[in-house]
Amino acid sequence: MKRLLTSSTLALAAMVGTASADDISACLITKTDTNPFFVKMREGAEAKAAELGITLSSYAGKVDGDHETQVAAIETCIANGANGILLTASDTSSIVPAVQQARDAGLVVIALDTPLEPINAADMTFATDNFLAGELIGQWAAAALGDDAANAKIAMLDLGVSQPTVGVLRDQGFLQGFGIDLGDPNKWGDETDPRIVGNDVTAGNEEGGRKAMENLLAKDPSINVVYTINEPAAAGAYEALKSFGRENEVLIVSVDGGCPGVADVKDGVIGATSQQYPLLMASKGIEAIAAWAKDGVKPQATDGKDFFDTGVALVTDHPVDGVSSVDTAKGADLCWG
Amino acid sequence: MTQSDNFEVAAGNAKPEIASFEDQEKGLVARFHHALHTTPALVPLIVLLAAVVVFGLILGSKFFSPFAMTLILQQVQIVGIVAAAQSLVILTAGIDLSVGAIAVISSVVMGQFTFRYGVPPVVSIACGLAFGTAIGALNGWLIARMKLPPFIVTLGMWQIVLAANFLYSANETIRSQDIAKQAPLLQLLGAKFKVGGAVFTLGVVLMIVLVLTLAYVLKHTAWGRHVYAVGDDPEAAELSGVNVKKVLISVYALAGLICAFAGWALIGRIGSVSPTSGQLLNIESITAVVIGGISLFGGRGSILGTMFGALIVGVFTLGLRLSGADAQWTFLLIGALIIAAVAVDQWIRKVAS
Repeated sequence: MKRLLTSSTLALAAMVGTASADDISACLITKTDTNPFFVKMREGAEAKAAELGITLSSYAGKVDGDHETQVAAIETCIANGANGILLTASDTSSIVPAVQQARDAGLVVIALDTPLEPINAADMTFATDNFLAGELIGQWAAAALGDDAANAKIAMLDLGVSQPTVGVLRDQGFLQGFGIDLGDPNKWGDETDPRIVGNDVTAGNEEGGRKAMENLLAKDPSINVVYTINEPAAAGAYEALKSFGRENEVLIVSVDGGCPGVADVKDGVIGATSQQYPLLMASKGIEAIAAWAKDGVKPQATDGKDFFDTGVALVTDHPVDGVSSVDTAKGADLCWG
Repeated sequence: MTQSDNFEVAAGNAKPEIASFEDQEKGLVARFHHALHTTPALVPLIVLLAAVVVFGLILGSKFFSPFAMTLILQQVQIVGIVAAAQSLVILTAGIDLSVGAIAVISSVVMGQFTFRYGVPPVVSIACGLAFGTAIGALNGWLIARMKLPPFIVTLGMWQIVLAANFLYSANETIRSQDIAKQAPLLQLLGAKFKVGGAVFTLGVVLMIVLVLTLAYVLKHTAWGRHVYAVGDDPEAAELSGVNVKKVLISVYALAGLICAFAGWALIGRIGSVSPTSGQLLNIESITAVVIGGISLFGGRGSILGTMFGALIVGVFTLGLRLSGADAQWTFLLIGALIIAAVAVDQWIRKVAS
């Protein structure tokens, strides 16, 4: 019995020894684990981690905006001796001290999808260029309308009143792409162009999209262009337009490229959407942590940008001159969620 | 039996004035106070009408039209239905934090049963309604039989149901176009009809019929009076022969069923089955109940008040949006309304001295 105990203790010690010797471990911290975008992100990270033999621990806030759980997760990762953290922050500025603590402890911290404030608080950001994503659908909408773009009536369905950066970038990108003068590019709603009927918030879901669309239609029933923050909001806006009998006269554009969204583009609910690639963000992130653990190399930003651009593509079945796009068949191959 | 022991006769001999309440004429304020005391739905009704008039004066025909008025009804239908369930629970001096989660999971059950298992839509809807009722009944059982506080039970149930909802649905949305093609029955409550410029949906009709029915039931049936009695003083109710436990379980089960109907209406409203919708329904329903003048201490208030409460929130939301105000102002004003409503409630409670 005593020998058995000793040998198993030895075996245990040996296991612990190898675990700490050359194993690389990484953490993935997302806003929630329910949003298909983050589910896909986790799948991408898990696949890449398995491929490279990296131990991955995943954490998520309970709801979007759950800051405390994310801080606790960062602390857990430091305590576990992880080599790096992939983070989509719920509160981009308040999380900075916790991120700094991790970097001081020798971890590489990579922000996925959502840049921190300031952006250089993380070692690198792997994200969609949300301004470009907005710009593409703005250019497409303007080109699709042709000469009528000068008299367009535009509804802007944004994310939330707190104006998260992602929402602002997409909104302002769309307006710039459409050819509307921006006020302060760091916030939406301060434009004076009479073509904008109004801004309303959707929380990025169907119910919010429908209500916001109804409110703006009550303000001006002649709206003919609708910008939406994401595809669920677009689906809600479409329901509102349908109940007004105007679904065939209005152009809806969106951003995300989720599978239901691409199907909506195919069915003509959404005119065009800018597709982003969460799977790529996560797998690139895992590779970067592996490189950091092995050689101490930090990832580099894309030329001319302060983050690593994981790319964006315009998905539409009605391509226009001057804006490159892919069709819905290709979009469906690459979609997430 | 002596004359003095014969209570019936003794009571009959007593002068009727001994046990009567006098409505003393004390001027306008006191009479108003008395009217509010006897008709609890009056305050929210006055606020609602005042809000409509004020926004109508500011915004003119854009707001004061059959179209905008019925749009408000469409926008509050889900909250209105859920708030009716919440009213029942709060009348028993309880609270139900799981209402929104029950509504959402019921809609997910209706959708997934149809699309994942190929169950006919009629059966899926019945399953969804039964599922909501079962969760409500479980809440009631834990509260009545296990003597757990309603706040704790429904706080836990809220998390359980929401997590189960995400796990079961994998957070996948069922698209509106697919539902319209394969199971239009799921969207039934979103069907609309026009009366002049006014647009109604079956969901709106459901809300109004539900509230009127519940108002009648609460006022004129034994079960309804028992709900009030249990909320006012459960021990006194027990001593008077009310089966308190049975009443409580039936109230929570009925609330679950009503929430499941709200889930069905939700599919009609947003077209799709979306597991992420309805996140704030519990708070919004409690807001409507409080603004509607139902006492959180139970036993007092009217379900009509709740509907007015939900409509007040709807009028403020649309009115402020049409006048171009930042959406934050809506929250600020509704917060002020909640506190004002409770203050008025306290004032009404004070018996005129």
